[in-house]
Parts: sequence; structure tokens; C-alpha cells
Amino acid sequence: MTRARPADYPQAAAATLRDTPEVRDAVTAATRTFDTHRRESWAQIDAERWRDWCRDVKDHVLTHLDDLLEQAEVRLVANGATVHWAEGAYDALATLGRIVDAEGVRRVVKAKSMLTEELGVNTFLEGRGVHVRETDLGEYIIQLLGEPPSHIVGPAIHRSVDDCRRLFHRHFGTPLDATPEALAATARQALREEFLAADLGISGCNFLVAETGTLALIENEGNIRLSTSAPRVHVAFVGIEKILPRMVDLSGFLQITARGATGQPIGTYVSLIRGPRGEGESDGPEQVHVVLVDNGRTTLLADDVAWETLRCVRCGACLNICPVYRQTGGHPYGFTYSGPIGAILAPALLGLEEAMPLPFASSLCGACADVCPVRIPIPDLLLHWRARAVEAGLTPLGERVAMRAYAAAAERPGGFSGAGSLLRYVPWKRGGRALPVLGGWSAERDPPEISARPFHKLWREGIE
Amino acid sequence: MRVALFATCLGDRLFADACADAVRLLRRLGCDVAFPEAQTCCGQPAFNAGYVAEARRMARHTMRVFADADHVVLPSGSCAGMLHRYYPDFFEGAERVRAGQLAGRTWELSQFLVRVLGVVDLGGGLRGRRVAYHHGCHALRELGVHDEPVSLLRAGGAEVVPWEADQECCGFGGLFSTKFPPVSAGMADRKLESLPAVDVVTSADGGCLMQMAGRAGRRGFATPFRHLASLLLEATA
Repeated sequence: MTRARPADYPQAAAATLRDTPEVRDAVTAATRTFDTHRRESWAQIDAERWRDWCRDVKDHVLTHLDDLLEQAEVRLVANGATVHWAEGAYDALATLGRIVDAEGVRRVVKAKSMLTEELGVNTFLEGRGVHVRETDLGEYIIQLLGEPPSHIVGPAIHRSVDDCRRLFHRHFGTPLDATPEALAATARQALREEFLAADLGISGCNFLVAETGTLALIENEGNIRLSTSAPRVHVAFVGIEKILPRMVDLSGFLQITARGATGQPIGTYVSLIRGPRGEGESDGPEQVHVVLVDNGRTTLLADDVAWETLRCVRCGACLNICPVYRQTGGHPYGFTYSGPIGAILAPALLGLEEAMPLPFASSLCGACADVCPVRIPIPDLLLHWRARAVEAGLTPLGERVAMRAYAAAAERPGGFSGAGSLLRYVPWKRGGRALPVLGGWSAERDPPEISARPFHKLWREGIE
Repeated sequence: MRVALFATCLGDRLFADACADAVRLLRRLGCDVAFPEAQTCCGQPAFNAGYVAEARRMARHTMRVFADADHVVLPSGSCAGMLHRYYPDFFEGAERVRAGQLAGRTWELSQFLVRVLGVVDLGGGLRGRRVAYHHGCHALRELGVHDEPVSLLRAGGAEVVPWEADQECCGFGGLFSTKFPPVSAGMADRKLESLPAVDVVTSADGGCLMQMAGRAGRRGFATPFRHLASLLLEATA
């Protein structure tokens, strides 16, 4: 299945709600559970002070990124890893291609990673005839379905257990009433064989600690540990904003990220990787390659308003609480990252024109800002991109003209009550289509009840 | 106490009776209520849609209209939030100072009653009524209005019935509701599907009430939606 583009969001969201209403039910139920766990978990700690601290650490990182990246590189090289720098997706994939060729790689296992989704790693490898297997259970399910992830943390969040029963029945012949445990056991069996046969393991990275050159990876299933240790070669793709200065910072971020994502005090498995297998060590890869990826991040860092987006730790808390995201899940956004964080990352990473209308796909309710563990002011940044879109002439001409006329009327006392009284003459019964914006209203709702007399007339007549 | 009412554009046209009830309520509490007739729109629809220059023009006009008011009271948490939270960001220098001063004198109605007038109990006129209260997002998050409306309703004798989704967005969001109608309607459906059995649904925001009532009407829900100002006036009866 090819992924829609952001421009298709209005139609794709409408189609999801109309044709697959069960997606709304599945996504709403799962995100409400995630969010409940997050809330309970934050209540156990002094969450507001943790959030301040995490924001401050990330701000330090983003204002010292050049030094910290060089420090991380020096440490990684000293640990025996190979460091590559990639400006764009093309460079990152080319680096991967060179490793694949040099090592004669035929089979790859992948740990869950949003950055590799952003870069298009699977498509690239498959195009070169390399077998790629996702090993996170949710990623495995959507890979079998041929779908992109619908959520940063729970990629198959839009799918029910019954969907999985049917899928596994088709692929493995498991019974249609198999228990979730039986399905997981089937996947585990299939994946064990993949781990043992793979020449290369690919992962992302949650945090890269500069002072020690340590890659930190959080997970619950153990597949990341296997993907990064069983194959001969490990390639980690790391967004340059993933840096943390010290190990002591990592201890805080491991906790706030797990608490924000699923409400766990810490991930079930945390892998700390410093480099390849050392002398006398019995396991671990022979080679570790760390690809530091920019892909639009330094451009975002140079934006004096939107740079705060780079604090994101990809916990998904903003998706889980977002009432807009809950309606459809992530697919209609047409971008790797969906929900509130996707709506402010898309204009930064794709360019604003390509990202339209995602910055507008929010009611600005502000719930996301309440839960972001690194305090990204998401509603303000949505407004920022909207203002940029207006400046760039990317909003509909009719809307621009109407807004200018509206503002002019609002400056003229009396003129506005005249304009406002137009509401009385809207032919609501015919869908209100005489005024373009009101057609959208009447498609889904009854028209509002217009007051018999506007308040300013009541006032003039006297209020008892 | 001298109070200037900012009816808001939506209030003027769609909630005229609620605005009149707000005037009656404020007078009953001893306020001298003015209605500066040059008032128009706070600029929020333009601002939320990215039209900052247009919003700034409307903000400038609104600041002139309410320059002399001791307190500006709005029957809308969303518009009050616009003045309170965003106006100062539109300006620099002396104008920014004036915007900040206006922000400090701007109140959503129930917020004004509790925080400025110190009202605890309006009377028992709501006795026996089962009420669901919708927390409008901007009243809740931009103004920090949470306990004020609920405590006034309770003191008035109403039973404020727990509502799982009472702090979730109704899906209005100004132009959002017309740009993405099915998504917006799905959000309203979540409100309606979780609504407990009540006599009336109320909120400090007309926009939210219009959205929820419009969707309820389309889906055949019979529960009435009324503005908080009207219920609080009833409490005094």
C-alpha cells in the first residue's frame, strides 16, 4: 500500500471514518489506555519538575549540538564503532548500501525505528534484493499487512486482535480463534529463525550519550536486543537531536520517556551499546556502524521559533491524548510522524507547502502541551506554521479575501453588525453553501439557532 | 463595580439571550454594566487560521473599545483567552504594555464572579437539576478556569454529573470545524457518546455549545444545551 501525502489528509481522514469506523474505536480505546497509564505513572513522581529538567537538558543539547556530536563521535570511535554522517535521506541510504555491499548482506532484521521509516530504509533494501524483516511485533504485523506505522510507539494501534487472527491464519494457518498468546508464540518462532539467519541488524536510537558514546534503546519485547547483538553487523541510525550530554541525564530521560509513552517506570529492556564485541567477549556484533542523520534537522534548528520541536523524544504522549488523532490514527496524515508532533514536524522536514494542511489539522485544544514530557509548545508551533502558511500564500484565495474583509468590517463600528447580520440570511436549509466555509458545517451538523434579535439590539431596547 | 460586557460576535448573533442573562446576573450582583457598542470581534477566528495581521487589526480595535473599562467580562472562555493569552504578543512597546494591562482586566464570566466578586453561592434555583459541564479547552488551559463554573452550579443546587469526556475537545476549533467536518464531527460524537443522563449540558463557551448541539441535533439526541450564563442566572431565582 502506498502512503497518502499530507495534501490528501482531508479526504483520507473522511474515508477512514466512513469506510473503516472500527479504526476510530481501536485507536480511541488504545490511546485512552496509554494516556491513563501515563497519568497514573506521572502521579507517582514530581512530574512537573521532571518535565522542566528534561526541557532544560534538551535545550542545553540543542544549543551545544556541534560540540556534543563531536564528543560522541570521538567516544564512539574510541569504543571501536564506525561513525558516518548523513546530511539527507539519500546519504543515509547510500551509507547503508555501501555497508550492505561490502559485507555481502542478504538478510536484515530490523528493530523498531521511526527514523528508518522517515528515511525509507525497507524500500531501499528491498529494491536491492535484500530480505528485510521487522522484528517488533506491531511492526511485524504491519509489515505483513503492507502498511506504514499508524503510531510512533504502537505501529499497529489501528488494528484489532481479530485483524491479527485473520492475518496470522492467512500466513501461518493458525486457527481463527487463536489466543493473543498463541499468536505471539507463532510470531516469536518465525522471528527466531530470522534473527539466526540475518547478516545485519538495523536499529534506531532513543538517546546517544556524548560523554561515553553510548547508544540507548528502549523496548519491551527483547527484539531490539536480539537485532543489535545476534547479527554480525549492527547499523544504528541516529537523528542528530538524540544526543544527551551525560549518563546521569540518560537515567532521567529513560524514565520520563517510558512514563510518557506507556506509563512504565522504565522500558522492560534497555540496551546500552558502546561498540562492537570486545576481545574476550562471547557475543555482540563484529561491527557497529552509527549513522548520524540530519535530514532537515539543522534547518529546523535554525528556525528561531520552531526549533523547540527538536526536543521531542518520540514518546507518543501527544498522540495518545489528541482528540483529532484518536478519530483516525496516523495513516491519513500521510507522513511518518502523525498527530500533534507530526503536524509540526512535517512542515520542518518536508517543507511547508508539502506539509499542508497538517498544521491546520488541529482544533488547538492544547491537550498535547499538557502532556509533552519536554514541554514542546505544540499549539503555539501549530499557530506559527499557520501564520507562515498565510504569509506564503498557501491558504485558499477565498479565505484570504474573506479574512481581510472580516478584519476591515471589524474595525468599523456598525459595519460589523451589518456583516454579522448576514448570518440571518444564510440559506441553511440548502446546506449554507452560499458562504463557502459553511458548507462544511452543514454536512455533519444541524445549523445553529440564530437569535431572533442580536444582543446589541436587545441592549438598545433595554434589558430588564 | 463597573463592568464592560464583551458579548463577542458569536454571542451577539447566536447567544443573545445568554448575553442578556449575563447582564441581568451581573446587575443582580451589584455591577454597573456597560456595553460599548463599537465592539466587534476579538480576532480569534483570524488568528487561529494564521491571519496574524488581520487579528492584530481586530485586537487594536478591541483595545481601543475597552481602554477605559475597569473589567472586561466575556460570556466566552475562548475569546477571553484570546485577549488574556495572545494580545500582548501582537504588539511592542507601549501598545504591548496596554495589551498586558487589558489582559489583566479580562475575565470569563464565572471566573469574574468567583475571583473578582468573590461569589460563592448565587442561590438555590438549580435544585434538582442534573447538569453536565463541558470544560471549553481555552477556558481550561489558557485561563485556568476549572472549579469556578462547577462550584457555582453546585452551590446553585445542581447536581454536576461526572462526565468522562468533560475535559476533551468538542471538535469546534473555529474554522477547523469547516475544514475537516468528519473529524470535527467524530470529536463531537465522542462527547455525545460518553454523555451521562442529564437534564441539560452547559459550558462557558457558545462555540462549543453550537458544535455539540448541532451534532446532537443531527444525530437525534434530545438533551438541551444551554449557556452557563443562563443557568447561573436561574440559580439566583
